Amino acid sequence: MSKGKLALYWAASCGGCEIAVLGIDTHILDVAAAFDIVFWPCATDGKVRDVEKMPDGSIDLCLFNGGIRTSEQEYMAQLMRRKSKVLVAFGSCAHEGCIPGLANLYNRKVIFDTVYKEGSSTFPENPKDFRPQPSTDVPEGKLSLPIFYDTLKTLDQTVEVDYYLPGCPPEAKNIWAALVAVLEGKLPPKGSVIGVNTTVCDECPRKRNEKKIKKFHRTWEIIPDEETCLLEQGLICCGVATRAGCGALCPQVNSPCIGCHGPNEGVDDYGARLMSALASVIDSQDPAEIQRIIEEGIPDPVGTFYRFSLAASQLRRGSKRAVNGAGTVKHVAQEA
Amino acid sequence: MENDKFEPRIVGFLCNWCSYRAADLAGSARIKYPPNVRVIRVMCSGRVDPGFVLKALARGADGVMVAGCHPGECHYIEQNYKAMRRFYMLKHTLVAMGLEPERIELVWASAAEGQQLAEAVDRLTNNVRRLGPLRWADNWADDPQREEALRHIVHEHEEALEVS
Repeated sequence: MSKGKLALYWAASCGGCEIAVLGIDTHILDVAAAFDIVFWPCATDGKVRDVEKMPDGSIDLCLFNGGIRTSEQEYMAQLMRRKSKVLVAFGSCAHEGCIPGLANLYNRKVIFDTVYKEGSSTFPENPKDFRPQPSTDVPEGKLSLPIFYDTLKTLDQTVEVDYYLPGCPPEAKNIWAALVAVLEGKLPPKGSVIGVNTTVCDECPRKRNEKKIKKFHRTWEIIPDEETCLLEQGLICCGVATRAGCGALCPQVNSPCIGCHGPNEGVDDYGARLMSALASVIDSQDPAEIQRIIEEGIPDPVGTFYRFSLAASQLRRGSKRAVNGAGTVKHVAQEA
Repeated sequence: MENDKFEPRIVGFLCNWCSYRAADLAGSARIKYPPNVRVIRVMCSGRVDPGFVLKALARGADGVMVAGCHPGECHYIEQNYKAMRRFYMLKHTLVAMGLEPERIELVWASAAEGQQLAEAVDRLTNNVRRLGPLRWADNWADDPQREEALRHIVHEHEEALEVS
């Protein structure tokens, strides 16, 4: 049997997904036996030029991690799509934008200000306020950099995606299961998330009773008991809205689920589902008390409900306009 | 003023048992209110998933109204309390995303309160008219330099291939 061709690529993400691939342990040898790794910049010496020379559709499987924040990443997403038979959005960033997608609350100017002006490691070493320029003239000619978008896009907002492998990062057993599914040709229908269709609560061993909450606690405020449902103890555990497959890793070590596997089947806005679930457990019918419980207990609603999924949500990002009304959002700036 | 010609598009989720009947009553009693609200009848305000509101705003609505029976008078006993908690949760989130809070409103109107519902529609329409169009999808419009930047990368790579 001829070997399949495998590629991995890394766009706007932390690199954890690349490490997670190695988490499959000695199975990596099986991967090497089954596939020729034709492109994996993190681990092998491949060149984009080599990929450009390959015939279209010649790569059997591409695991693409990371969201799309720059023009170069968009180009690579288009290139890998063209060259690959099966393109998998690998991990939360490609799937839903993940943490880099939270910067969609801001824009390029605010992000650059943070990094090149206000960041504790850059200031005051940048007194002339240097910023990356898309194009710079030097004596030898014109140098260019990719442009940085205001809005991070997920992989499927950029190119057509065949499958999704959720998680930040995906768990080793799920990666291996997905690779086996590809090798055996037992893939689910195109467009599916490769994984189970249930929520983290189903995999969580904690005892569940009736959920009635008078106050949301932040994780550092209480030490939860180890047997009762964390949400019942007032911690915002996202397990109720989150796709299973991780084995409820976080709740099992007394830490609430933060939702990295994204929405379950049929849910098109993760945060909406989580808001619905949490609103249902608040034990009050008094408007003033309800608002107090929400505002005191959830100081960062976007980071709580959309920690991993802002870029993939219905609204995709924060407003770019100056805000009037209550004006509680002051960070959104207009770019000149 | 651009806003003078602007007709807000408002999506209203009205419950079957009270608010929708209030709208009906407003109609049969010939109470005048702005035609800007597009009414969607739901069985209960508790049926309004926050996702419905988000979808409306993302797809072009300038404002959203959720209306149900008065607290304590829900046809389904207490689901309008659930609607209230969801609404406050959603509003808290939307304000943090930069939406003007005046664009969304929770209204209680019994089947006898056609006048009150009409006034609420009037108030919301005026608020939204004053704020101007939302056009949320413009927030994620492509960078104006995007296509040029992508062409440039292709061009650069082609040049590099020719050299080798």
